[in-house]
Amino acid sequence: MSASSSVPLSQKFKLPNGVEYEQPLGLFINGEFVTGKEGKAFEVINPSTGKLAGMVHEATAVDVDLAVDAAETAFYDGPWSKMSSADRGHLLLKLADLFEENLTILASIEAFDNGKAIQLAKGDIGACIGCLRYYGGWADKIHGKVIETSPESFNYTKQEPIGVCGQIIPWNFPLLMWAWKIGPAIACGNTVVLKTAEQTPLGGLYAAKLCKEAGFPPGVINILSGFGRTAGAAIASHMKIHKVAFTGSTPVGRQIMKAAAESNLKKVTLELGGKSPNIVFEDADIDRAVEWINFGIYYNAGQCCCAGSRIYVQETIYDKVIDAFKRRAQANVVGNPFDEATFQGAQVSEAQYNRIMAYVELGKKEGATVEVGGERHGSEGYFIKPTVFSNVTEDMRIMQEEIFGPVCAIAKFKNLEDVIQKGNSTAYGLASAVHTRSLNTAVEVANRLRAGTVWVNCYNSLHWALPFGGYGESGIGRELGKEALRNYTQVKTVNINLS
Amino acid sequence: MSKGFNSSLDVVNCQRFLRLYTMIIRRSLLERQLTLQSRRYYSSVETVVTLPSGLKYRQPIGLFIANGFDVSTDGKKLTTYDPRSGRPIASVFSAGSADVNNAVQSARLALGPWRTTPGTERGILLHNLSRLIEDHKDILGSIEAFDTGKSADTAMSEDIQECINVTRYYAGWADKIHGYSIQPFTEKFAYTLHEPFGVCALIVPWNYPLMLAIWKLAPAVAAGNTVVLKTSELTPLSSLYLGNLITEAGFPQGVVNILSGDGDTGAALALHCGISKISFTGSAATGRKIMQAAASNLVPVTLELGGKSAAIIFEDADLEQAVKWCYSGIMSNSGQMCSATSRILIQETIYKKFVEMFKSYTIHRMSMGPLDHGPQISDAQLKKVLQYVRLGIEEGANLVYGGEEMDVPGYFMLPTIFSDARDHMKIVQEEVFGPVVVMDSFATSSDAIRRANSSEYGLASAVFTKSITEAVNTAQKLDVGMVWVNSSQDSDFRVPFGGFKMSGFGQELGEYAMKNYWRPKAVHLNLGISL
Repeated sequence: MSASSSVPLSQKFKLPNGVEYEQPLGLFINGEFVTGKEGKAFEVINPSTGKLAGMVHEATAVDVDLAVDAAETAFYDGPWSKMSSADRGHLLLKLADLFEENLTILASIEAFDNGKAIQLAKGDIGACIGCLRYYGGWADKIHGKVIETSPESFNYTKQEPIGVCGQIIPWNFPLLMWAWKIGPAIACGNTVVLKTAEQTPLGGLYAAKLCKEAGFPPGVINILSGFGRTAGAAIASHMKIHKVAFTGSTPVGRQIMKAAAESNLKKVTLELGGKSPNIVFEDADIDRAVEWINFGIYYNAGQCCCAGSRIYVQETIYDKVIDAFKRRAQANVVGNPFDEATFQGAQVSEAQYNRIMAYVELGKKEGATVEVGGERHGSEGYFIKPTVFSNVTEDMRIMQEEIFGPVCAIAKFKNLEDVIQKGNSTAYGLASAVHTRSLNTAVEVANRLRAGTVWVNCYNSLHWALPFGGYGESGIGRELGKEALRNYTQVKTVNINLS
Repeated sequence: MSKGFNSSLDVVNCQRFLRLYTMIIRRSLLERQLTLQSRRYYSSVETVVTLPSGLKYRQPIGLFIANGFDVSTDGKKLTTYDPRSGRPIASVFSAGSADVNNAVQSARLALGPWRTTPGTERGILLHNLSRLIEDHKDILGSIEAFDTGKSADTAMSEDIQECINVTRYYAGWADKIHGYSIQPFTEKFAYTLHEPFGVCALIVPWNYPLMLAIWKLAPAVAAGNTVVLKTSELTPLSSLYLGNLITEAGFPQGVVNILSGDGDTGAALALHCGISKISFTGSAATGRKIMQAAASNLVPVTLELGGKSAAIIFEDADLEQAVKWCYSGIMSNSGQMCSATSRILIQETIYKKFVEMFKSYTIHRMSMGPLDHGPQISDAQLKKVLQYVRLGIEEGANLVYGGEEMDVPGYFMLPTIFSDARDHMKIVQEEVFGPVVVMDSFATSSDAIRRANSSEYGLASAVFTKSITEAVNTAQKLDVGMVWVNSSQDSDFRVPFGGFKMSGFGQELGEYAMKNYWRPKAVHLNLGISL
């Protein structure tokens, strides 16, 4: 952190792939980019090089207050409060169009700021567009119910927006998480104060510029760059924020929920960590299953809350799968995110890099076998080779804890009962997958796994129309799909006495 | 050709080019659209129409099949007239049974790929169409006004704006069609697929030509059906113009087919064994024929038919507002609205006062703009309405105002008010479909409800009262598909529209309309039930 006096409100950026654009650097409050009241700024590091990429203004509690005031005014008094549901939806549709027009810039920012491969970053933006357009469509399709009880009374419910929503998003999919949060909150008529992750503030600020261009009234969408312990904590405990949605780690999720409980009992949605099982039965198409387990763990450099980090292979095909998977993992192109052929880019930060490498060392100490990887890739930036641990037992920490990197643990299982028991053995319950050709196995495993998502013969196959969220310590509430509208509405019952 | 002719055409072409160019840039990700050209605008199957404003535009006159305009097989044409002058506007090709067959085949060919196109993509195409209608709002509104006689302002701000809203609304539904998963017990797992029917025949009337076409087309296409739209022989122009926009929006060939034609064309379409669903808006008499035709192939039908909707004015109502709403509830669009509140039942304590206020308001409106309510659509319709007026007088109803043709060109008649119109009279029972309102008094609310429900129709009702209990109770007891409380005719694309009894079945608009265009398939998975 340093003084912001030398940091402008925007600056021309030139990215490694030649994309040049004007990067906003201020806090986006009440429709304008402004400096933080405490005059702070923080560094943005390029994870591919470990070098300084730029500085952005930092929000602290006082800026959260300003943003909340703007959002509250917009919610109760501004044009937003009187806008028809269809017009609200239309603004989201315009925002989706602007994301489409700016796809190259947005994807490049993501690759630069997060270190993810440009091909994946483009996929992220495509999914942002789909998500925003999808919720644009929901805005005028939110219906209450009429409930008949007796002829003497007339009763109906309304799905009303909650008010000012605080949203705190992570660094692994900076813009996609932005769209997942903004889309349903705005479709339902709320106003938002969104804090991006301190590792990846750039995309959210550019998207804020697009919000303004789309025509959202001031104060409806406020975007803050800042740290969890200051700005994030201020959001979670704010007395005028009536809903907080957080995506991130389980420990921080717990703090958010505590802060919500201790402040004003704001409603909470949490999308937390996972240690998701990816199960391969002996009757699976092995080539395809190996493709999916590879994609399931190494996609986004393993930095996915739903990553398939525990791989259970039926013992009859275990050796064959290990062989094929080792070859497949080593074939992944790791390196420069801006190379179109790259599949796995950098880990997001030095801290994450060190954390992952510590888990690799731990795995070795615990007695697991490194089949491939287990070391740094290249000499600069935060790249890690795709890593496979075999001979992992259920009690090892690398089997129980979320590593959040390109590191997976493989173990054998005997039969369906065995793997259900193993699959359900962690405190998490975000996602899971089963690979089998058998209809009965697929449906039975899907029924019995305690997880918010079950993929059958695929992995990481997210779609904005499909609800996503966790069982157990993986969270509360569901994002995406129609389900997400529940996170951002509250029910009002009107009971009219007619007699 | 005069110089003016060329320059105005050039302006239109230039604007069109700019719009197309902007749009292609905007949608550059959809590569499919990059191949689209506007060549259809310059098809030989078109004519130049000069609008009353003097603006000239290229009007397609062919049958729109598989994204192209064709002449009819037998070369037959029909002529459409300007109801404000009685003069012909254009002649368009009229579809015979061979053409109907071609259109249905085109829709059937398109069906396979279209129904498996992801809902998100279907939605994107509908979004494109919505934008294009918005871009062409002025010209579409002008065409609609010319062909129906309604004012251009009304056509743009109401009809065409509604087309934009409805298309955008159903674009949003295209990827929100959800079946259910059902697990009756451990060994049985089931799910439902909400599948499109197939080729839908959409037959629409002349009172809101493009708007009612879109009410059907947008949800049908959103749900994955392909369609053959048959317009009214009185108002074919706006839908043909829409054909160009369908192509430009990027719809694959055959997803939307548009035929001009008369009742014979409609009959050929309704009887065609290649269609899987019929949606019809029009008169109850024709609705009955459509349903009979549908019975031959057992095709499901949605019918949006006539009405004789009652407005009920309670003594505690805001009378000034009630008069205004009731006036527009019957006089707007020249009374040519299926849901028009053409009967007004007024509590006896305020009956005389209300009739007097309604008459004064009518005189006031006529003094502001004697032709504002618009002409009837055709000479035949005008004669039919005037015949009802004569009948009303013969039956003994009291003519308070109007009742005559206006001495101007075109098919204009005066707004017409009858009081003391008793329930047994034909003008109280039958749909007039013109600017003719009948009024009578009632004593109690149960009396009003009984009489409002005495019609064979059940499309709509309006209730005017300040009492919440009266409003809610009356709304519950009326035997109709729609009740407006303290308003009339202010439908909304998010709210279902449709009738009870002889006013039809199946609701248009809102989420409900989607149900007209998908059918559930139940899939049972046996997970361990052994025999």
